Amino acid sequence: MAPRTPGADLPEHPTWLWHSPDPKSSYDVVIVGGGGHGLATAYYLAVNHGITNMAVLEKGWLAGGNMARNTAIIRSNYLWDESAGLYEHALKLWEGLEEELDYPLLFSQRGVLNLAHSLQEKRDSVRRVEANRLNGVDAEWLDPQQVAEICPILNTSEDLRYPVLGATWQPRAGIAKHDHVAWGFARALDRMGVDLVQGCEVTGFERVGDRVVGVETTRGPIRAGKVAMAAAGRTSVLTDTLGLRLPIQSHPLQALVSELLEPVHPTVVMSNSVHVYVSQAHKGELVLGAGIDSYNSYSQRGAFHTIEREMAAAVELFPMFARAHVLRTWGGVVDVTPDASAIMGMTPFENLYVNCGWGTGGFKATPGVGWCFAHTVAHDEPHPLNAPFSLERFTTGALVDEHGAAGVAH
Amino acid sequence: MMLIPCPWCGPRNEIEFHYGGQADVRCPADPQAVSDEDWATFLFFRDNPKGVFTERWSHVAGCRRWFTVRRDTDSNRVLPSEGTQQARTVTT
Ligand SMILES: [Zn+2]
Repeated sequence: MAPRTPGADLPEHPTWLWHSPDPKSSYDVVIVGGGGHGLATAYYLAVNHGITNMAVLEKGWLAGGNMARNTAIIRSNYLWDESAGLYEHALKLWEGLEEELDYPLLFSQRGVLNLAHSLQEKRDSVRRVEANRLNGVDAEWLDPQQVAEICPILNTSEDLRYPVLGATWQPRAGIAKHDHVAWGFARALDRMGVDLVQGCEVTGFERVGDRVVGVETTRGPIRAGKVAMAAAGRTSVLTDTLGLRLPIQSHPLQALVSELLEPVHPTVVMSNSVHVYVSQAHKGELVLGAGIDSYNSYSQRGAFHTIEREMAAAVELFPMFARAHVLRTWGGVVDVTPDASAIMGMTPFENLYVNCGWGTGGFKATPGVGWCFAHTVAHDEPHPLNAPFSLERFTTGALVDEHGAAGVAH
Repeated sequence: MMLIPCPWCGPRNEIEFHYGGQADVRCPADPQAVSDEDWATFLFFRDNPKGVFTERWSHVAGCRRWFTVRRDTDSNRVLPSEGTQQARTVTT
């Protein structure tokens, strides 16, 4: 195969896909946070529910938070019915999203291998495969030989400290170009007359009793019929102003890329045990991620020992990566919940809706979140797919424990 | 990497420590007597401030003792201790 020029698959850098208007004094709906989830929610509010008198308020620049910082992995092979429902709905939307937005997202269904390195992990993985199949999610259990056939550069020899005993395989999983996803939604929203307001930080809420009637921002107060929060790691800072306590903790999450390399890595590989996930971007960088830094922080940076461990794991699994160089590392702030599942739904305040707690795994859910959260806001009640992800579950005890399927490798 | 001030060993690299989250979270004296809401609060709800946070650390690769630190979660700067609070080994 003739080597491809790195970047040959990429479309031209966009000129102006959206305007950046000043905020108006009032909207039917205000969305807090112009990342992937905020933009997707606005999109489906407009398309599915006909709401266009709407603003997306972003404190920095559009999609410059976790939407710019994630590792772009998309999959739906979660254990529980509730999660499978939501993530699989998202994956089905991903499968039609380029056409829907008429914009190249470089959505590539190259599959994901979730490795098992111990007997227990093998059993858990096989169980998850069976659960996935019952939920209509494509999944197979592969032995080490089959794993090697799919990803020849992976070290499947027995002399590893934690040998690969097999893997789950979801062929429909893959990656997309995260920036393009945001741009695609933003362009569509701009064309429908939705205001995408950048450099406008929401600092609090205007309320009448237990009813939220608007937001306070660094560019003045904005009245709103409804306020939908999609502020990820900053959610607590805002809800604290209402005295609304949420079961989330904000942590740094780091990722890194290598310099541009020829295509060597055909799929996505994730390992919970040795703590790394790796894919190769269209442009050629190896994209690596791992777990959160242990402590609470809003600093958008983490410690080097965390990424050092993740690189050690990558080199153990992919010996040829020892020759690669790190080009760039970075961090974002992710909001983690006790059961490793998101919170999406109503709040004790009228006309205030919250979507948060996606931890390390929100990107893959982007269109699914948009679809369900838009429904929640438009109908003032959750969509059946996000009803299990209510805030109340922490009181009722109906948790959706996805530590196994999410874990480090969300 | 942060330097965490162990009250017994002095400032040591963060990699030697285990993080324990918010300090002074008390288990209800009689779990059977509290409401579902209060039990949920104890189990799952923690402060998550952007700013000063009083938190627990354990020096697992050193003296293996727990202690309390005040840290700014925005800058990661560790703040001066409040007298006897820092060396407290148990949650009061
Ligand atoms: Zn010590």
